[in-house]
Amino acid sequence: MGKYETVIGLEIHVALLTKSKFLCTCSTEFGAPPNSHCCPICLGLPGSLPIVNEKAVEYGVRAGLALNCQINSYSKFDRKNYFYPDLPKAYQITQEAFPLCGPGYVDYYYNGELTRTKINRIHLEEEAGKLVHSGESIVHSEYSLVDYNRAGIPLIEIVTAPDISHPEQARVFLEQLRLILDYVGVSDCKMEEGSLRCDANISLRPVGSQTMGTKVEIKNLNSFRALERALEYEVRRQEAVLKQQGQIGQETRTWDERSGKTFSMRSKADAPDYRYFPEPDLPPLELKKAWIEDIKDSLPELPLERLHRLMEQYGLSHYEASFFVNYPDFNEMLEETAAIFPNVKMITNWLMGDYSRLAREQGHISPKMMAGLLEIVDQEIISNNQGKDVLEEMFATGKAALTIVDEQGLRMVSDEDALQRVIGEVLAENESLVERFISGETRLFGFFIGQVMRKTQGKANPEVVNELLKTALNSRRI
Amino acid sequence: MRKLAQLLQQGEVSSTEIVQNYLDRIAQEEGRINAFITVDKEGALAEAAASDARRKQGEPLSPWDGIPIAVKDNICTLGVRTTCGSRMLENYVPPFDAAVVTLLKRAGLPILGKTNLDEFAMGSSTEYSAFKAVRNPHDESRVPGGSSGGSAAAVAVGEAPWALGTDTGGSIRQPAAFCGVVGLKPTYGRVSRYGLVALAPSLDQIGPIARNVGDAAVLFSLIAGPDSRDATSSSQASFRLQLEDEPFPKGLKIGVPEEYFGEGLSSEVRQAVENALSQLEALGAVLVPISLETNVYAIDTYLTIAAAEASSSLARYDGVRYGMRVEAHDTNTMFEKTRGRGFGSEVKRRIMLGTYVLSASHYEAYYEQAQRVRTLINQEVQRAFEEVDLVITPTTPTTAFRIGEKRNSLEMYLSDLYTAMANLTGIPALSMPCGLDSQGLPIGLQIMGSHFQENVVFQVAYWLENALKGGSLSNG
Ligand SMILES: [Zn+2]
Repeated sequence: MGKYETVIGLEIHVALLTKSKFLCTCSTEFGAPPNSHCCPICLGLPGSLPIVNEKAVEYGVRAGLALNCQINSYSKFDRKNYFYPDLPKAYQITQEAFPLCGPGYVDYYYNGELTRTKINRIHLEEEAGKLVHSGESIVHSEYSLVDYNRAGIPLIEIVTAPDISHPEQARVFLEQLRLILDYVGVSDCKMEEGSLRCDANISLRPVGSQTMGTKVEIKNLNSFRALERALEYEVRRQEAVLKQQGQIGQETRTWDERSGKTFSMRSKADAPDYRYFPEPDLPPLELKKAWIEDIKDSLPELPLERLHRLMEQYGLSHYEASFFVNYPDFNEMLEETAAIFPNVKMITNWLMGDYSRLAREQGHISPKMMAGLLEIVDQEIISNNQGKDVLEEMFATGKAALTIVDEQGLRMVSDEDALQRVIGEVLAENESLVERFISGETRLFGFFIGQVMRKTQGKANPEVVNELLKTALNSRRI
Repeated sequence: MRKLAQLLQQGEVSSTEIVQNYLDRIAQEEGRINAFITVDKEGALAEAAASDARRKQGEPLSPWDGIPIAVKDNICTLGVRTTCGSRMLENYVPPFDAAVVTLLKRAGLPILGKTNLDEFAMGSSTEYSAFKAVRNPHDESRVPGGSSGGSAAAVAVGEAPWALGTDTGGSIRQPAAFCGVVGLKPTYGRVSRYGLVALAPSLDQIGPIARNVGDAAVLFSLIAGPDSRDATSSSQASFRLQLEDEPFPKGLKIGVPEEYFGEGLSSEVRQAVENALSQLEALGAVLVPISLETNVYAIDTYLTIAAAEASSSLARYDGVRYGMRVEAHDTNTMFEKTRGRGFGSEVKRRIMLGTYVLSASHYEAYYEQAQRVRTLINQEVQRAFEEVDLVITPTTPTTAFRIGEKRNSLEMYLSDLYTAMANLTGIPALSMPCGLDSQGLPIGLQIMGSHFQENVVFQVAYWLENALKGGSLSNG
């Protein structure tokens, strides 16, 4: 048997961060008491009619532009019909035939190489409500309750081309997509809260084959890790079936996190017929070019641009630049600190080091304070190690670095005469060890340094001590 | 109605007296007519008292403040149950007023009650009401037409001075014709559909039903206008017209489509309409023979699109949130049982038909084909209105048929033969009485105008009404 290659495409649902819902004016706030953000429209009461929230369209266009998509000046809404208790009208208002955005792409680094995944389309649609089961699932429950707070929240569905060839790549792509949508502010993209959801289509084919294998859709992928693991499992499963000359059935499977396996949900024959047709309650969306241009002009720097700029402008490594691209708050800290204190290498080391732990726990300090600390470390007023303690203190008290140094008397001693005196004392108190050092036990050098530091309560400038001690010991040889 | 308004204005009569009068009339006639599903006696009297108080303060909300109205029971009324003539919504009380109801209340009109209709407005005889069949006041053995049969019959028998109906394929005009009253299906988008329980959203419109053209025009002016809650509502200005001040528009071209005068048209209806046309000619109109060939496809096209949209619009009645619920062990069974028991057979027939024409394997052959034909019909009607100002036809091929006479759905569907075109194209169309047949049953004449030309439609209807009053036909 030959080798197989994997073909993956993703369908990603993203909840838009608009303040009100897609087709009514109810709030989209997360975590409110059940059914407190509802009205006749999002409950689908008889006689209610939908009105499109312009902000949702704007966010859809924003996402489309950020993903390099063609924005369609004419798009239309359709009804997708199916019965489910969480769907108030028993149809979902979506865009089937004429989506908001046409083809686009995402460029990102995968395995160190710039890679492109194409986007087929993006369309707008409304979210369904949320079922709360008394048991484990709807079929295993005494009763189920429905919370319609979520019903009618605007979503975009992003459909990629079957362009992805590895489970890990799928995850990396999705992470990049999340980052882009976060940058342009259209979604908070929280997989755990369901504001980013992803279904994957995967098929295998013999290497070199031009025809696609039978594709399987995987649902219930609730984290980036789940996406990668489920795809990895599916590659192994499909490979095993194919190697035994079996057929892959076209079906929808669900990922089970606990067992780490996918299970069949329904076969193609059971696939529902959604009876799409044009939504008669909503006129087509006609977008003005100037409006689209305005949105385009308001887009911020996107992750890939930033990555390249950070590497070029500050000489950061790919690894370092990626860190700041992935954490925009740290990037802000970097760039604002760099505007005050020019040693970017030093800022980078500090921000990616102890600072990142403290900032994640307690939030950022001001770039000005950070620059103040780095300046006194750089000027050797305190040592690097002292700097770390001072930083902790800055987070704890909110005081400036220099204030802490002065209050605690931490200024380093670099005065050679004073240090010379201390070194003389240390050597005099440890004559026998000095003898041993001279006769070749050079590792004792560290001991002498330690003694000097102790006598100065750690304030001695280690570099100066180093030099002076070397000279003093060398003068004893002969 | 102007007279009633004047009396109210002069304090000769109070709203409470008027409303009580109509309530008495309802009590007297309902046993024989069945025009109402709900009579809101208390609500109407309370509104009347409020109106009288306003009049006393010299602050009426409108010249019509205090004159009551009946509203078809598929138009939502806050706190007053809105059944759509269906078991499914037998006890459903809306938490909001339809946009038109808000407008009526803003003008100070007390609502007498909710009128009977074919279930979810699907039908042409009001026999498909889940509660009771409406009878034609002119002959109780006959239907009043439908689906706004309750509204038309109530106005005809004097249970209400005027009423709101809804029209998806002829549901205002056909009952208006059968009951001898005036009814208008406005231009699509001219009256807000917010709060109208949808049958087929691309075809539905709310419109006035009244005893004469002038009253219909007044009621239309109260409900027309843009509404931000209905995305299909047009930004076109509201409607204002002083009919009495306008002379007959001489030289007006009236198109007479031959297809509407062919096979299936009763000779008495033909004669009455032709007579009316010659009256218009005498007034100074120019009659232009035209052709509307695509009308033969109108019924099939209408049925396909209406059924498709209805199958989706009525899917929400699943027992989960409101309305009837038949309990079951799992949700799918609950859906099935609720819908099985809640809907009547005509509604089920149309839902099945609509589901079929939208299904993946039949979509192209039926739904998409119907949309293509709808475009052709639109194009032909548009061309016609480049030639003529109005089109006049009979409203229905025959006068009112007997209750139970049309057992077959297809026969029933043919009632909309002359009316469906206006819904498919969105143009305004008015039905008005133009005489009686040999059995004393009213004959309806339909005036269609181009989009947003209700003023011309009303003007001509008004002059024709006057002419017919003086003519021999009124003695029919
Ligand atoms: Zn809402």
